[in-house]
Amino acid sequence: MGITEYIDLLFTDYTLQTVTLGTAVLGALCGMLGSFAVLRKQSLLGDAISHAALPGIAIAFLITETKNSNALLIGALISGLIGAFWIRGIVKNTHLKSDTALGLILSLFFGFGMLLLTFIQKMPNANQAGLNKYLFGQAATLVSSDVWTMCFIAGLSLLVLLVFWKEFKLLLFDADYAKSLGFNIKFLDVLITFFIVLCIVIGLQAVGVVLMSAMLLAPAAAARQWTNSLGVMVLLAAIFGSFSGVLGTAISASSSNLSTGPVIVLIAAVFVLFSFVFSPKRGLLFREIRYWNNRNDLQLHKTLAFMYNIAKTHKNKEHPHTVKILNNFQGFTKKSLQKLEDREYIKVNKSMWSLTEKGFDKASNLYNQLENNE
Amino acid sequence: MEKKYAITVDDLTVAYNYKPVLWDIDLAIPEGVLMAIVGPNGAGKSTLIKSILGIIKPIAGSVKIFGKPYKKQHQEVAYVPQKGSVDWDFPTTALDVVMMGTYGSLGWIKRPGQKEKKAALEALEKVGMLSFKSRQISQLSGGQQQRIFLARALVQNASIYLMDEPFQGVDATTEKAIINILKELRKAGKTLIVVHHDLQTVPEYFDWVTFLNVKKIATGPVKDIFNDGNLTKTYGINYKVSVQE
Repeated sequence: MGITEYIDLLFTDYTLQTVTLGTAVLGALCGMLGSFAVLRKQSLLGDAISHAALPGIAIAFLITETKNSNALLIGALISGLIGAFWIRGIVKNTHLKSDTALGLILSLFFGFGMLLLTFIQKMPNANQAGLNKYLFGQAATLVSSDVWTMCFIAGLSLLVLLVFWKEFKLLLFDADYAKSLGFNIKFLDVLITFFIVLCIVIGLQAVGVVLMSAMLLAPAAAARQWTNSLGVMVLLAAIFGSFSGVLGTAISASSSNLSTGPVIVLIAAVFVLFSFVFSPKRGLLFREIRYWNNRNDLQLHKTLAFMYNIAKTHKNKEHPHTVKILNNFQGFTKKSLQKLEDREYIKVNKSMWSLTEKGFDKASNLYNQLENNE
Repeated sequence: MEKKYAITVDDLTVAYNYKPVLWDIDLAIPEGVLMAIVGPNGAGKSTLIKSILGIIKPIAGSVKIFGKPYKKQHQEVAYVPQKGSVDWDFPTTALDVVMMGTYGSLGWIKRPGQKEKKAALEALEKVGMLSFKSRQISQLSGGQQQRIFLARALVQNASIYLMDEPFQGVDATTEKAIINILKELRKAGKTLIVVHHDLQTVPEYFDWVTFLNVKKIATGPVKDIFNDGNLTKTYGINYKVSVQE
C-alpha cells in the first residue's frame, strides 16, 4: 500500500481512524508523563509497572470471564499500583536499592502473570483466546470506547499537570527543599506515580507489557536533547510520542504483517537516535564539531600569540617579518597562515607577514578572553 | 532576663537503620546568632539540619521553631541544601531555581507572578549572579550553583536560615562574598545555622558554635567554647587549632 492509498484510507476507514487517533493520544500521554519519570530517575519504574500489570489482567479475566477491556484495565491498574507501591515500600523499609526492588517486583509479577495466562489458556472456555495480545500489544483491537478512555485520561493528566505544575517541578528538582517549604511531597509523589501507572495501563492493549516502558521513556529522552526548559520538554515529548504513534500505525497498516506496538517503539527509537546525534546543544555531532573547531582555534591562537610576541618588540605593530622566522615554531602551516589572513589578523605579502591592527588586538586579548570564558 | 530561642531541640534521636545517627540531642539556639555546626564526617550534621526541617522523622524527641512545631513555622525557615543533593542537569534556568524560593509563601497551585520575579531578580543581584539569570543551571560553576542556592533561600525572606555546607567547593572570592551576605543577615536580626568544615575560619566567621559527633559535645559562644578540648572531644584526635584573635 502506498502513501496516497494510506491517506485515502485514513479518511474513509473507521478502524484505521480509531487506531490512529488512539495511538496518537497514547503517544502524547506517554511522552508527557514519561518526561517526569525520566527526570525523577525512575526510568525503569515504567518497565516494572507494565510487567506488574499482567497478573491483574489475568485475574480480572478470571473473575469477569470477559475480555471487556475496561474490566481488564481496572485489573491492570490495581496490580500495577500494588507493584509500584511495593517497590516504594521495599526501597524505604529495607536495605535494598531501587534497581533491585524494581527487578524483584518486575520478575515476580510477570512470572505470576505468565503462570495465570497459561492456566487460562488451558481452561475450557472459548473466550480466552487473545489475552496474549497484552504481551506485545495489538493496536488494531482498539475500539472507539478504548480511544475515548484514552482521551479522557490524557485530558485529566494534562489538567493535573497544569494545576500542580509548580509543585511537580519543585518535587522533581529538589524534593527535600519542597518539603522544607511545607509542601506535602508524599501526596505529590503518589499523584504522579498514580498517573504514570494509569498511562502505562491504558497503553498495554496497543503496545504491550514488554515494550510499554520504551513508549514512556523514548519520547522524553529525545525531547530532553532539544531544550533546557521543562515546559518545552514535556510539550516536545508529547509531540514526539504522538508522531511515533501515528507513523507507527501508518507503517504497520501499510504492510500487513508488521504488528503496531513494536513499529511504534522503533519509530520512537529513531526519534531518540536522531536527537542524540543531531541536537545542536547536546548532540554528539555538534559536540564533535565544536571540539574540532576549538582545537583548530587553539592552534591558530598559538600561532597568533607567537607572532604577537615577535611584533611586540617593534615600535610599528604592522612591521613585516619573514615567514621563515616562524620555522622554529611548529604550530604553523600554509593553511593556518591562510586562515589567519582570512580572518584579517595578518597580511601576507610573498614571504613576509605582518600583524594587522585587528590581529594585534585579538592577540593581546587572547589570554584575558580565556579567563572571561571560565 | 529570659532569652528568646529561635530553635529548641529536645531529646532528639535519629536512626536510619540500627545505629543511631543522632543520639539524644538537646539544643537551644538563641535568636540572632551566626552558628557553625562542626564535627567529623558521619557526625550527623546534615541529619540534624534535616531533622529540624522535618525532612527526616526522628525516632524520639521534638523540634520547635520559635516555640511551635516546624509544620506551622515553615515560612520562618529557609533551607540551603548541599549542592550535590540535586541534579544540575535538570532542564531549568538560574532565575527559575531562585523563583522556587517564592513557592512556599505562594502555597499550593498559585503561580509566581511579577512580584515574585522581581524578588528573585533582587536576590540574584545580591549574590552577584544577575547576569547569569537565563543560564541553564548545568552551565554554572560549582561556586555559582552555590550562590544560586543562597539566592533561592534569600528570596524566602525567612527569620532562620539553615545551610548545609554552603562553602563546599567554592573559591576564596565566593566564600568571602557568601560570608559577607551571612553577616549582613545576622545584622538584620536573622538566625543562621551553617554546617561548616573549615575549623580555621570558625572564629573569624561565626559567633556561636555547636560541636557534634552523634551526641552533642558542646554548644555556645565561639569565644567561650571553641578550644582544643572540645575539638579533641569531637574529632577524637589531639586537635590543635591556631585561633587568631
